[in-house]
Amino acid sequence: MKTILEAKNISKVFKIPEEIQILKDISFSINQGEFVSIMGKSGCGKSTLLYILSTMDTDYTGELYLDNQLVSGQKSDVLSHIRNQKIGFVFQFHYLLAEFTVLENVMLPAKKLALKSNEEIEHDAMEKLRLLGIDDQALKISSRISGGQKQRVAIARALINQPTIIMGDEPTGNLDSKNTNIVFDIFRELATEQNLSLLVVTHDDDFAKRTDRIIMMEDGRIV
Amino acid sequence: MQFRLLLSISKTHLLTRKKQSIIAALGVTFGIGTYIIMMGFMNGLNGLLDGLILNRTPHIHLYNEIEPSIKQPIDLYHPYKNKTRFVHSIKPKKIQAKIHNALPLIAYLNRQKYIIGVTTQVKAQSFYLGGSTQLNGVLSGIDVEKEKELYSLDQYIVEGTILDLKQNEKGILLGAGVAKKLSLKLGDYIQVTSKSGEVQALKIVGLYQSGMADVDNVQSYVNIKMAQRLLGESNDYITDINIKLKDMTKAPVLAKKMEEQFGLKAVDIQTANAQFETGSSIRTMISYAVSITLLIVAGFGIYNILNMLIYEKMNDIAILKATGFSGRDVRYVFISQAVIIGIVGGALGLLMGYGVSVIIDNAKFETAALPTIKTFPVVYDLKYYLIGIVFAMVSTFLAGYFPSKKAEKIDPVDIIRGQ
Repeated sequence: MKTILEAKNISKVFKIPEEIQILKDISFSINQGEFVSIMGKSGCGKSTLLYILSTMDTDYTGELYLDNQLVSGQKSDVLSHIRNQKIGFVFQFHYLLAEFTVLENVMLPAKKLALKSNEEIEHDAMEKLRLLGIDDQALKISSRISGGQKQRVAIARALINQPTIIMGDEPTGNLDSKNTNIVFDIFRELATEQNLSLLVVTHDDDFAKRTDRIIMMEDGRIV
Repeated sequence: MQFRLLLSISKTHLLTRKKQSIIAALGVTFGIGTYIIMMGFMNGLNGLLDGLILNRTPHIHLYNEIEPSIKQPIDLYHPYKNKTRFVHSIKPKKIQAKIHNALPLIAYLNRQKYIIGVTTQVKAQSFYLGGSTQLNGVLSGIDVEKEKELYSLDQYIVEGTILDLKQNEKGILLGAGVAKKLSLKLGDYIQVTSKSGEVQALKIVGLYQSGMADVDNVQSYVNIKMAQRLLGESNDYITDINIKLKDMTKAPVLAKKMEEQFGLKAVDIQTANAQFETGSSIRTMISYAVSITLLIVAGFGIYNILNMLIYEKMNDIAILKATGFSGRDVRYVFISQAVIIGIVGGALGLLMGYGVSVIIDNAKFETAALPTIKTFPVVYDLKYYLIGIVFAMVSTFLAGYFPSKKAEKIDPVDIIRGQ
């Protein structure tokens, strides 16, 4: 089994407002097609860890490998490119560009990557939306659709560049149980059918129990 | 860098908040528009006022000045050579106003490449006789054609035409002030006498108004031959030579040279009219100061609007960065918005400036001082339109630069976690 993401001895210290070591020597790895959840109480550092793994937070010590490539210490332009190509994000709040259409939101990361023509990107985007059952909303302005739909649009956007890993920060935290189940099923399907790795931070026990592996965190350590 | 993608994002931002974009652009529009109007109007005014004097003033004026001799006879007397000498109560020698050897001199000047043209005049102190009143005056005998060509004399004729003077040997172009005082009108006859005693009845073929009462109350023009006849002189009698140069700035140097070369008094235009240059440059300075102030105000408007936009768009910035847009991409998104506002606002400003200039240009403006001017003077110079649009773009770029630099530095993690 191929390792997709590997963290070695990751530590992070918050200096403001006072010096707190929020992450202590964290090491773990995620394989291809694995659906992993991170759980823990508020303030245990699970979100902080996720942002380090997502390459957005670069202020840490330790080493991070993505697709067997060392990510730590790279320039921000390189990191932007890695995020664009290899990582798909789903956040608790839906985080769509409110003034753009659903379709434009999904297409944007692919346009940035610029490996395909606009027609191909549009075709891909429609396919992703169809996969998530919201292709009929494609031309609506994204602030005009429901919360559950927004989260599915965000997932479609995360998938557009065929990333190697999808990361979620409480992706179902803001959804009712029906929509939570829909999102979970989509994730499950992506893991088994498309062999995607998923790493999801969650508070939801039921959600976590149904994933392949749970990483429990407490006081900045994995327990 | 995919500019089209980034531009499409900034376009969406601008179009979804039309009101703010329009207000920001209008700020630039008014700044640039005012600049164009001010420059056009101020320069029109400058040209007009300069024209009042400068266009009619020869670049170099040659004539015989009555002044005491610098070398007195005692200076030439040997035995007192090394002594201190005093001569009291020196008086100028009576000299002729006539320029000696004028015709060969004019021929020589006409051959010089740095000269556009030479006109000759005969100035005659004279009296205008009207009934029992006598008015002091100056008659200038002129070469009508050349005077029109080089000094636009025709522009100061309020009644009649300059051609009438040329065709009528016994015609006179009477100063408007003289005509008023003697209640004469076009077509009337006026008697003129000079110090030689000769009296001539001249037909008024035109009225001359320079806009300066002191001139209009004394100055009249006749054909050069008539002036010579009035003075009882032959046709080589010439009192003034006026020279127009290709390069006006060389006048002081050339004037000095001519003074030495010809033994005549030579006055250059800079010495004669120093105050006019100062007036022009101060007016230009004022128009720049006002326009730049307006543009700075517009710039702060854009700066504010973009700053607010960036606060409102924190989420968008975080999403763009999380999905792989670099800080530089985000910066370009915002800077391009500022520059688009600048280009659109600036272009509208040029149109507005042009439009208002045309209106001003056609607005009625009549004043006794400026007889041939019927509307406000406006200059349409492409240069100002170019400066305007460049200034619009530079100022909006600067106004957008700092907010967009801030957008570049925004940490997406802070935003995403903050919610």
